[in-house]
Amino acid sequence: MEYHLKTPLTIEDIESLRIGDVVYISGNVFTARDEAHSRILETPLENMPIDLEGAAIYHCGPLMQEKEPGIWQPVAAGPTTSARMSAMTPQLLEKHNVRMLIGKGGMDNVADSMKGKCVYLAYTGGCAALAVNSITKVCGVHWLDLGMPEAVWVLEMDEFGPLIVGIDTGGEDLFWNIREKVNENLEKNLR
Amino acid sequence: MESGIKHEYIVEATISAIQRAETELPDDVVTCLEKAEQKESSEIARSHLQAILKNTGIARRHSVPICQDTGIIILFVEIGRKISPLPDIEQALIEGVRKATSAVPLRPNAVHPLTRINSGDNTGDGLPDIKYYFNDSEELRITAVPKGAGSENMSILKMLNPTEGDSVDRLVLETVRNAGGKPCPPVILGIGVGGSFDKAALLAKSALLEQVNYMDEKEHALLKKVNSLGVGPMGTGGDTTALAVHIRTAHCHTASLPVAINIQCWANRHATAVVGGDGKWNII
Repeated sequence: MEYHLKTPLTIEDIESLRIGDVVYISGNVFTARDEAHSRILETPLENMPIDLEGAAIYHCGPLMQEKEPGIWQPVAAGPTTSARMSAMTPQLLEKHNVRMLIGKGGMDNVADSMKGKCVYLAYTGGCAALAVNSITKVCGVHWLDLGMPEAVWVLEMDEFGPLIVGIDTGGEDLFWNIREKVNENLEKNLR
Repeated sequence: MESGIKHEYIVEATISAIQRAETELPDDVVTCLEKAEQKESSEIARSHLQAILKNTGIARRHSVPICQDTGIIILFVEIGRKISPLPDIEQALIEGVRKATSAVPLRPNAVHPLTRINSGDNTGDGLPDIKYYFNDSEELRITAVPKGAGSENMSILKMLNPTEGDSVDRLVLETVRNAGGKPCPPVILGIGVGGSFDKAALLAKSALLEQVNYMDEKEHALLKKVNSLGVGPMGTGGDTTALAVHIRTAHCHTASLPVAINIQCWANRHATAVVGGDGKWNII
C-alpha cells in the first residue's frame, strides 16, 4: 500500500500502516540524532523549544549552508543510522507523543515501546542529494550549540519519500524479520 | 632538476580531490549498482537501488555531496622521491581540508573524542588521517577517501588463532549479519588478513580503493556467500547485500592471525589528484 501523510500526525493517520508499506510525508519534520535525543530527554516540557505532539522525527544530521545570517539552505540531508538512538527512544515516546521516526537501518528493541503510538520508517541511506529535493523550507534551527549535525532542524517537506514502513503500531518489525531469515541463511551457508 | 611543487598547488589539488570524491561516485561503482538494480528480485530492494542511482546522478549534475555524512577525510599520499625541494606537504594537506570544508562544502564532522567539541573545519589532532607512501616519480599523488561513520562503525578487527584460518569466512559473514542495514548496504568489504594489529586494518582500508568489479576466485566465492545471506540494500532484504569483496594479505607473526574487515557503504567515494612540478595538477 502507498500512503501520503501530513504532519502533525494523529494516531489514526498511522495505525493502518503495515511493515513494507510505502509512505510519502509532507509538513514539518524535526531532525534529531544522538545529542539532540539526550537534550530532549533532559529538558523539562515547559522549556522545550519545539512541540513534539504528533511529530515526525528524522534521524538526520544535515549539511546546511548559511547563505546570510540566520538564512539556511540545505545541501545534503540523508538519514543517519537509527540504531544509535534505540536506547533513548522508549523514554522519548513516554515523554512526548511522537508519531513517526524516520531513519535508516532499523532500530533495536523499540517495537514494544512503539506499539499503538508510533511508527518507524526507513529512507534509503546516503540519498542525501535526493532528500534535499523534498525540503521546501528550512523553518528554523534549535540547539545549534550542539554542532550542525546534532542540532534540531525544522524542515518543511513536500512528499518526502519513498519511505518504507519498518516498524508498525502492531509491533511488527521488518528489520527483525529479515534478521531472522539472515540467521537461518548464515547457518545454512556455514554447514 | 627542480620539480618545484609549490604549497598552493598541493592545497588546490587537495580541495579538488575532496570535491570530486564527495560529489562524483566512481564509474565502476555506478556500473556495479546499475547491474545490481537490473538483477535484483526484491521490489523494495530495487526501489532502494533506484533511489541510490537517482541520488548519485543529482549529486554529480549539481556538484553536491552524495551523502550528508561527508565523512572524516583520509588521504593516501604518494610522494615522488625525485620531488625537490620537498615542500611541507602535511601543512598543505591540512590547509586543503580546511578550505574544502567551506568550498565543497563538507559537514563539520571532526570532534574531540572525549569532550565531543567540534573543531568546525574537519581537522584536529591526527585529522586528516594521512597515510604516506613513496614512489620513484617527480609527482605527488593525493587520494582523498571520505569515510562516513555508518559503515566505519560496523567494521571490526579480530586477532584469530593461527590455526583458525578457516574461520575468516565465518567472521566475515557474522560481521555482515551483525551490521544488518546499519552500514548502508549494498556494501563493499575491504578485508585485511595478516600483518600486525594495525597493519591488518590498513590493508582492509586500502583494499577499498580497488576497482569494485576486479575480484579473484576467492573473493568472488566469498561475495556469493555474503549475498546469499539476504540482508539486502538497507537491510530490508534482497539479493544485493554486497557489491564486492577485496582481500589483501601481509605476512604475519607465526603465533598471530589478525583479520580486519572494513565495511564501506555503497557510496565508495574516492578520487586522486596528481600534482606535477610544472604547477599543473589533474584528477585521474
